[in-house]
Amino acid sequence: MTTKSQELLNWIDERFPLTSTWKEHLSEYYAPKNFNFWYFFGSLALLVLVIQILTGIFLVMHYKPDASLNASGIPVAFASVEYIMREVPGGWLIRYLHSTGASAFFIVVYLHMFRGLLYGSYRKPRELIWIFGTLIFLALMAEAFMGYLLPWGQMSFWGAQVIVNLFSAIPVIGPDLSVVIRGDFVVSDATLNRFFSFHVIAVPLVLIGLVVAHIVALHEVGSNNPDGVEIKKKKDANGIPLDGIPFHPYYTVKDIVGVVGFLIFFTAIVFFAPEGGGYFLEYNNFIPADPLKTPPHIAPVWYFTPFYSILRAVTYPLFGIDAKFWGVVAMGAAVVIIAFLPWLDRSPVKSIRYKGGLFKGILAVFIVSFFILGYLGVLPPTPGRTLVAQICSVIYFAFFLAMPWYSKLDKCKPEPDRVTFK
Amino acid sequence: MTISVFKTLKRLAAAALFAPTLALAAGAVLHLDKAPVSTDPAALQAGAKTFVNYCMNCHSASFVRYNTLTQIGLTEQEIRDNLMFTGERVGDLMKVSASPKEQKAWFGATPPDLTLIARQRASEFGSGADWLYTYLRQFYRDPNRPTGWNNKVFENVGMPHVLWELQGEQIAKVSEHDGVKSIELELAKPGKLSAQEYDKTVADLVSFLVWMGEPVAEKRKSVGVVVLIFLAGLFALTFALKKNYWKDVH
Amino acid sequence: MSVDQKMDSGRRQLLVATSAAGGVAAVATAVPFVASLTPSERAKAAGAPVEADISKLAPGEMMTVEWRGKPVWILRRTPEMLSSLEKTDAAVSDPESGKEMQPEYAKNKHRSIKPEYLITVGICTHLGCSPSDKFKVGADSGMGEDWHGGFLCPCHGSKFDLSGRVYKSMPAPDNLEVPPHKYLSDTTILIGDDSKA
Repeated sequence: MTTKSQELLNWIDERFPLTSTWKEHLSEYYAPKNFNFWYFFGSLALLVLVIQILTGIFLVMHYKPDASLNASGIPVAFASVEYIMREVPGGWLIRYLHSTGASAFFIVVYLHMFRGLLYGSYRKPRELIWIFGTLIFLALMAEAFMGYLLPWGQMSFWGAQVIVNLFSAIPVIGPDLSVVIRGDFVVSDATLNRFFSFHVIAVPLVLIGLVVAHIVALHEVGSNNPDGVEIKKKKDANGIPLDGIPFHPYYTVKDIVGVVGFLIFFTAIVFFAPEGGGYFLEYNNFIPADPLKTPPHIAPVWYFTPFYSILRAVTYPLFGIDAKFWGVVAMGAAVVIIAFLPWLDRSPVKSIRYKGGLFKGILAVFIVSFFILGYLGVLPPTPGRTLVAQICSVIYFAFFLAMPWYSKLDKCKPEPDRVTFK
Repeated sequence: MTISVFKTLKRLAAAALFAPTLALAAGAVLHLDKAPVSTDPAALQAGAKTFVNYCMNCHSASFVRYNTLTQIGLTEQEIRDNLMFTGERVGDLMKVSASPKEQKAWFGATPPDLTLIARQRASEFGSGADWLYTYLRQFYRDPNRPTGWNNKVFENVGMPHVLWELQGEQIAKVSEHDGVKSIELELAKPGKLSAQEYDKTVADLVSFLVWMGEPVAEKRKSVGVVVLIFLAGLFALTFALKKNYWKDVH
Repeated sequence: MSVDQKMDSGRRQLLVATSAAGGVAAVATAVPFVASLTPSERAKAAGAPVEADISKLAPGEMMTVEWRGKPVWILRRTPEMLSSLEKTDAAVSDPESGKEMQPEYAKNKHRSIKPEYLITVGICTHLGCSPSDKFKVGADSGMGEDWHGGFLCPCHGSKFDLSGRVYKSMPAPDNLEVPPHKYLSDTTILIGDDSKA
């Protein structure tokens, strides 16, 4: 480094912790060297967050949250989305990046969460990372739900109608609560405007804050790895973990490969199948919102369907309160229960690699049930399907609630001292 | 109950393989003809002409400007001479002159804007183009309807058969098999066009509607090819870079 | 043991190549975002030429039409007004319309196709305010004894004569812009299009 630039760096470092931050979080942050494919999804989630924020900033320049009808009888909000797609130079690409990004966010985050499940990344001392992560997932659901109202198509309108009405199931305060959420007695312009505000300002701020907390907590305790052993237990004379390598340059160059690989899939969808077969952009959402006519079949976007299925699976009233309320409770509990995983898992080992057949089998059943719930959520209910959804919902909750027992009963293999690498 | 559970599970297994095609299979099944959608400028221009002459009497395409049609190979002068009738400017939106309110008063309902019709009508039974191609060829005479027309795909449709002079008049032969009603259409009175000519006219119109649903579609795909080729190259580079750094990790 | 010290040549080449390709990717990504900041098709359509009917415009009167969201003035000048241009010749900074503030056919003293009609964009060339008309002459105008009629920009006091020529030593650097236009008939002007077709 030349002396001039060294001088500038010194000048900054005396006033701002630039070099020390760089060292602490990148060049001297030691990550286990045995990360595998599953460890790409954390950095990819961050990438998608950046894509969403960047494209979102530019979409807001042209989008209008206005439910009133224009001279052609089309809601202004709906028309402004088509305006972006047709009249704003490059607008179609920015919008497709954003709409595809929403689905990509959930794909990446679901895989990231599954990684945690596989390798016990939620176990002590990483409980707070996991809780922050669950909160990020919750915030992401709120963000996606409110964003979905903005195009003001039929699915936007009726999806919001159904979900907001869920809150009316809460005893006593429910009906008033749903009116307060909507700001009106029906989903209307007032709802659209406040959802817009939440979608572009409030929730993103919360989301970014939680992401920072998630990463700060991670860097405090260090990353887990596919073997689930703590690399900080074996250090060399300089105090550097024997199985650790500096995040920069090793994981920066590796994550860039992951980023480009992800972008290949992502842009393939953006440019060749932006509707995602009707799952990323639903066909009925190309019809402007019509408060007088519900489409024949409405289903939430795919990333909500497992939880939506759990909601619908509850068909029995309990304690004199109707089933609708307990459905909402079940759906909420299905998300919240994820946060308790660190205290539910009593296995002596962290990683799936050293867990026994019992845990592996139950995890496999859980994953299959989750997929079935997701698939049933896009279908209209029939008695047979409802029963399947009920069975899968029970499996979903049993996976968590019975974990303290089966994780102890499980016959685990001994964990190695050091990570396995090649 | 167990049987229905078993059935559902079986369907789920099948669904895992054919997810999009099987979704919503609970409702009525629509049999749609595959639309021969074309991106050929001549077909799109013919479709544009049919659209302006027949559809735009009632339906708007209020997100499209007339001069957008330069993208299907027309000059602004050709658009002015052949496709515009009421003295709008070439940069104007393709709107009908009547307001939505007036139309509601006249027809009882506002005829929907057709800009996005090809994207709206997509379903698990086929693309929006397939639906439109089938719909526009399956009108039949029905004296019980106020317009005198019914449709095999869109039962009790509010719209009359606007292209009847071209297609002629079809009548329905209703037959019952094992309690399932089925309708066969038969051409009772030929129109100005032969069956093939009429199919071609409808195919061109549908191609135009598909184009109009997303005029940028062709450009999107061609940009996509460049982006993917570039990313493939970039992937090779970053992969080699990663290998180079990681050769030091043992 | 920094990375730089032990960097082999293969690694250096790869780093350069990847950075260059990454730079290309970044620039290409910026293209749609920057493009989205430029005027949309709607804005371009709104900028289409407009027709103005001047049949009811009396001598000495001015009308304003909107073109591309800007005021375009059409001033029908009386013979006295036209003769005032001789008097202001010496006082204006660009009497011969040397700068490119008008199409070729308006590059003359009266800055118009027909001397009688001045067609100009009513936006001051300083910082974009719209000047007010001061057609009265002399002390009556409130502009001083030697005022021959013209325009005064309310923002920073730039003065223009009845051809839209800016006076010397004013904040505004240039004469008022004359938009492309043509006569469709004796009483109709098309503003924004001067093609011969």
